[in-house]
Amino acid sequence: MNLITDLQNSAPEAALAIIGLAAVLIGAIVGEGSRLLIRTIAVAALAGAAVLAAQQYGSGRLEAFGALYVATPFVAFAKIGLYALAAISLLVSGKSLKEAAVDRYEYPLLILFAALGGGVMLSANSLMTLYLGVETLSLPSYVLAAFRRDHVRSAEAGLKYFVLGALASGLLLYGCSLVYGFTGSASYDVIAEADLSIGLTFGMVLIIIGLAFKASAAPLHVWTPDVYAGAPTPVVTFFATAPKLAAVAVFANVMFSAFNGHETDWSPIIAIIAALSMIIGSLGALTQSSLKRLLAYSSIANVGFALIGLAAGVEVGASAILVYMAIYVVGTLGLFVGLLTIRKDGEPLDTIDDLNGLAKAKPLVAFGMTVLIFSVAGIPPAAGFWGKLAVFQAGLEADLLWLVLVGVVASVISLGYYLRVVWAMMVKPSDSTLDRSDWVEVAAVVGASVAVFPVLTITIQSLLDAAASATLG
Amino acid sequence: MPLIAFYILGAIVALSAVLVVAARNPVHSVLWLICAFFTSAGLLVLIGAEFLAMLLVVVYVGAVAVLFLFVVMMLDVDFVELKQGFQNYVVSGAAIALILFAEIGVIAASIGPGSNATMDPSPGADTNAEAIGAVLYTDYLLLFQLAGLILLIAMIGAIVLTLRGRPRAKRQNIAEQTGRKRKDAVELRDVRPGEGV
Repeated sequence: MNLITDLQNSAPEAALAIIGLAAVLIGAIVGEGSRLLIRTIAVAALAGAAVLAAQQYGSGRLEAFGALYVATPFVAFAKIGLYALAAISLLVSGKSLKEAAVDRYEYPLLILFAALGGGVMLSANSLMTLYLGVETLSLPSYVLAAFRRDHVRSAEAGLKYFVLGALASGLLLYGCSLVYGFTGSASYDVIAEADLSIGLTFGMVLIIIGLAFKASAAPLHVWTPDVYAGAPTPVVTFFATAPKLAAVAVFANVMFSAFNGHETDWSPIIAIIAALSMIIGSLGALTQSSLKRLLAYSSIANVGFALIGLAAGVEVGASAILVYMAIYVVGTLGLFVGLLTIRKDGEPLDTIDDLNGLAKAKPLVAFGMTVLIFSVAGIPPAAGFWGKLAVFQAGLEADLLWLVLVGVVASVISLGYYLRVVWAMMVKPSDSTLDRSDWVEVAAVVGASVAVFPVLTITIQSLLDAAASATLG
Repeated sequence: MPLIAFYILGAIVALSAVLVVAARNPVHSVLWLICAFFTSAGLLVLIGAEFLAMLLVVVYVGAVAVLFLFVVMMLDVDFVELKQGFQNYVVSGAAIALILFAEIGVIAASIGPGSNATMDPSPGADTNAEAIGAVLYTDYLLLFQLAGLILLIAMIGAIVLTLRGRPRAKRQNIAEQTGRKRKDAVELRDVRPGEGV
C-alpha cells in the first residue's frame, strides 16, 4: 500500500479533486470576482484530466486503493470523452449563463465535481466505489438543473430530478446490498466468480434498474424530457453529453466486469430495455414542439441503440458501445450548442418554430446543425451512420436479429422529427430577429459538425481500432 | 453484573419510548427521546461497541434530537387537533403493532437459545474506534474521502440554491456612524411664530 502509487494510478481523478478543492477555496476567499479565474481553472483541469486519462488508456490495467479503483483501457476511453466534453460544455456556456444572470463561480466547480464523480464511477471496481461515484455525479447534477433558481421551471426540473434520482439511488443501493449479501464481497472480481443465486439475481436486476435510470433508458426515462426542458440550456448541454457517455459506459462496465458470467441471464433484460428505449424515444419525439424535449426523447432513443451493444455481450458489444457513444455525444454537443445560439433579447428560445429561417440569419450555425442532425439520425456519409452500423453489427453477431430490426424501424421513424427540424431551419421563412451569437458557440457548432463529417467519417477506422483495443482486462 | 445493567437500561429505554408517545407536551416527547437515545448508547457499551455508542450520542443526541427540538419549538403545530382522529386509528394501529410483535416473536423463536455466537467487536485492535480508524484511513481511504467530497458538494449546492445577497438589507456601518458630523444631520432654522417650517 503506497499512497503515491495510488495517486499516480488514479491520476485524472486525483488531479481533478485536488484542483477542484483549491478552486473552492479561491472562490470562497475571493468571491464573485473570481468567476473567470475559476472557469479557466476548471476548463484547464478538465482538459488536463482528459490528457491523463489518455495516458491511462495506453498503460493497460491500473489498480489503486486496494483495487477499489481500477482503470482499464475501456474506462479510460470513456473518461477521455467524459472530461473533454465537460471542458467543452463549460467553455461554451459563458455567454448564455451571463445573459440568464446565473453566471456564478459555483457553476464551473459543480461541473468539475460532476465530471470527477463520472470518472470515479467509471473506474469503480467495487460496488461501494460505484455508489459513491454515482452520488458524486448526481448531487451536482441536481443542483445544476435548478441553477436558475428564480425560474420556476428550472426549480421544478431540479426538484423532479432530485426526488426521482434519490429513488433510483435507493434502488441501486438496495441492489448493491443484496449482491453483497449473497456473494460476500462488494468487489467486482469476487462477484464475477459467484454462482447465480436468487438473491444475486434480484440484486443484479435492481442494479440494472438504478443504472438504467442514470442512463435515462426506458422505462426509467420519464424524468429526462422534464429535466431537459426545465434546466438551463448550458446545463443540458452538459447533461446530454458527458454524464450520458459516462452512464452508458458504466452500465456496460458493471455488466461486463461484475456480471459477465451470467450474460445469458441479463442479456434479455437489456435487450428489452434497449427496444423500449428506441421505440419510446422515437415515437415520443414525433409530437414535441419544444426542441429540448425533442432532443431529450432523441437521447432516450440513442441510449437504446447503444444498449444493443450491451445486450450483444462483451466480445462484440464493448467496442461498439464506445464507438456509438463517442460519435453520438459529439453530435449532441453540437446540437445543444446550436440551441444556445438561438436567443432573443437574452432569453433562450426553445420551439422548432424559432428555428425558422435560421439558414438566412445564421448560415454557419444552420448548416452545422444540419450536418449534426444527419449524424445523430445516422444518415450516411455522416459519422453517426458508422456508429449505428457498429451496434447493429454487434447485435447481428449476437443473434439479436429482432432487436436490430426494432432499431432499424426506430431509425426510420426518427427521421420524421429530425427532418422537421432541418425543414424549419432550411426552408421555412424567418419571422423574428435573433441575438448575435458568441463566436465560441459558433466555433463549437462548426467544429462539432466538421468532426462528424468529414473528419470522423474518414478516420472511422482508427476510431474503431481504438475502441477495439479498449479492453476491459 | 452486565445482565443486571442490561435489564435496568433496557427497562429505561422501553419506558422512555412509551413516554415519547404518551407525553402531552411535544417538547417533553423530544426530551424522552433523548433519554432513550442515551440509554441505548449505554446498551451499546454493554455489548462492547463503544464507538457506535459515541456516534449515537454525537449524531442522534447532538444533532438529530436538537433539530427535532428546534422544529417542535419553532413550528406552531396544534397537537390537540392532530390527536383528535386518534380513536379512528386505534384498531388498525393496534393490528399493525400486533403483527410487528408477532414477527419479533417468530424470529426470537426461530433463533432459539443455542445460537448466541460470540463475536469480536474490535478485530485486531484494543478498542473499536482503533479498529475502525485503522481501516478507514488505509483500506478505505478512497471511499472515506469521496464521502467527504459528497458532503462538500451538498454544502456548495445548498449555498448555491438558497443564499441570496440582500442589497436592500440595512446593516450597521460603524465608520459611517462615528464619522457623522453635526452639519450633516442638524439644521438650524429660524422659525417665526404661526408660520411653521
